[in-house]
Amino acid sequence: MSDEQQKETRVFKQTRRKVLKGLAAGAAVLAVPTPQASASVWEAFFQKHFREMSKDELVRVLARLEKTYSRQYGKEVTVSATPPIEGVRFGYGLDLSRCIGCRRCVYGCVEENNLSREPQLHLIRVVRLQKEKGVDLDYAEHYYNPELVPEPGYFYMPISCQQCENSPCTKVCPVQATWKEKDGIVVVDYNWCIGCRYCMASCPYGARRFNWRRPQIPAENLNPTTHYLGNRPRPVGVVEKCTFCIQRTREQPGRYPACQEVCPVGARKFGNLLDPKSEMRALIENKRVFILKEDLNTRPKFYYFF
Amino acid sequence: MNGRRLLLTSAGAIAIVALLVSIALAQGMREKFFDRDGRLVVIERSAAEQLRTYDIRSSKAPETFPVPPPPFSEGIFPCSDCHAHMSPDQRPRVLTEEHTDIVLNHAEGQRWCLDCHNTDDRDTLRLVSGEIIPFSESYRLCGQCHGDKFREWREGLHGKRTGYWNGDKEYLLCAHCHNPHDPNFKPMKPMPPPVRPGETRR
Ligand code: HEC
Ligand code: HEC
Ligand code: HEC
Ligand code: HEC
Repeated sequence: MSDEQQKETRVFKQTRRKVLKGLAAGAAVLAVPTPQASASVWEAFFQKHFREMSKDELVRVLARLEKTYSRQYGKEVTVSATPPIEGVRFGYGLDLSRCIGCRRCVYGCVEENNLSREPQLHLIRVVRLQKEKGVDLDYAEHYYNPELVPEPGYFYMPISCQQCENSPCTKVCPVQATWKEKDGIVVVDYNWCIGCRYCMASCPYGARRFNWRRPQIPAENLNPTTHYLGNRPRPVGVVEKCTFCIQRTREQPGRYPACQEVCPVGARKFGNLLDPKSEMRALIENKRVFILKEDLNTRPKFYYFF
Repeated sequence: MNGRRLLLTSAGAIAIVALLVSIALAQGMREKFFDRDGRLVVIERSAAEQLRTYDIRSSKAPETFPVPPPPFSEGIFPCSDCHAHMSPDQRPRVLTEEHTDIVLNHAEGQRWCLDCHNTDDRDTLRLVSGEIIPFSESYRLCGQCHGDKFREWREGLHGKRTGYWNGDKEYLLCAHCHNPHDPNFKPMKPMPPPVRPGETRR
């Protein structure tokens, strides 16, 4: 990013934050971009909420982002905003008796979703648990690093966003920058997020991540096929999360999420909960499934099974 | 870039969204997975292969299972390159000339190579029923004794399918993950753990 661009992002963020602070304090603080700010900063400043944009506005926003990212990374980057598919409610399954804790999914996700390499940001955390204690997160360890996995006496449990039906994170957001889409995917509008991190505090699964510093992705590693609500490059100071690889799964036909594709043991399952023929339904009907922290009534759509 | 932006001012917005989508599709896709030796397998898919739609009503369980190529070691197939010129030796024995790396550790004592491999045509496998099957259907061989696993595999529960959740799928063969001669899944090296928080935040 050029100095110019960096400054612009900063100006944009600061002004948005000030406006909000002003509102919160009930004071009539008028915070707008400085007169020197370029047209694109003004455009971004006046950008509407994703769900309130008309098709025309959306197309303009996508074009602006494509131009910015393509210039920034020196290659053609596409930003789609493919809507949910009718009759689809996504669900995810994870076979705990297969998972060996190899972390291929963690890094497959990093590559696909343009996660910051430096500082490092992971959306999947694999915890090691003791067979003797069962699924007891008090005994979870996620820095394990043996020569070989699986290790005797342990099993492994990857945890990422559970895409709750009754999602606490979307309720606490003071600016509605995060919400649940029709296909069940909980998304974040990075242009709307003010970085307050209330959502992170409210998530019982610790599944959201904050970009403390500007995410760095080497241009050659950037995945140029992106979605507005998914893997497009994130600015500093916003929260992000797993979107079931929205840029892949919402297409017709839709590819499996990257973590599913890369898993060497086939522990990861994905599909449409509304389709009686899907592997998700077969799984829920034939296996012993459980959801994490059921007592909280968050109703995850991420099913673990043995 | 230019062409697309020109359109912005003239054509309708829906057409442009469709165009953006089609551009994303036109690039073709790469699918990646690891085989049982930890080798990364990459399959390229053309744009045309991806253009199919999702229809819940017609997505019935398939009778045949498209699979990626069987995971043979390089140069070993076709087996008939050598075996066409040899007479089969049915005696269970320790092989000394060839295939010396193959050690049967699969319900040992009960089986011999030719319980699975076709004595008369080494390029194929043989079921107990006498039916001859190609290596691309080796799941049927395994399914003879592991019926429960085979049924789960068919549903996509055991093993793994790649491709499209709402479109065509490929089934990894049992042999992609299990060495048929020694099927216990082999431990592997994990990828590095995440850096500790103190090291990420400033
Ligand atoms: C349980 C059934 C079974 C038995 C018993 C068995 N094989 Fe196999 N073998 C297979 C299958 C299935 C494959 C195909 C693997 C693949 O798809 O790559 C195979 C593959 C092979 C290959 C190719 C290996 C490679 O490196 O690609 C050779 C050679 C072979 N078998 C020889 C033998 C010999 C020799 C024996 C006896 C010592 C034997 N097999 C016993 C099922 C069996
Ligand atoms: C490079 C030549 C070569 C190739 C290629 C080859 N084999 Fe063999 N195979 C041999 C030789 C030589 C023996 C006998 C080894 C011995 O007796 O020690 C043998 C023995 C066997 C046997 C033991 C039974 C018998 O007839 O002796 C089986 C089973 C077998 N091979 C299967 C296969 C399969 C399956 C493939 C292909 C996946 C294959 N072979 C490819 C050379 C080959
Ligand atoms: C003739 C019957 C038969 C066939 C055919 C057969 N198996 Fe087996 N398999 C067995 C038996 C018996 C065991 C031992 C079960 C046990 O120890 O609990 C076994 C064990 C296994 C195991 C478990 C190993 C372990 O130690 O946990 C795997 C995995 C396996 N087989 C995979 C396969 C695959 C893949 C194929 C096809 C290439 C196959 N089997 C074909 C009979 C068979
Ligand atoms: C994507 C990889 C993959 C494929 C494909 C696959 N398996 Fe497995 N299988 C596994 C893993 C991983 C385990 C667990 C092994 C372990 O814990 O040691 C397993 C375990 C097994 C076991 C041991 C019993 C158990 O439940 O642990 C059998 C038997 C078995 N598989 C048979 C098959 C058969 C038959 C097929 C093909 C129809 C097949 N597998 C396809 C990965 C695979």
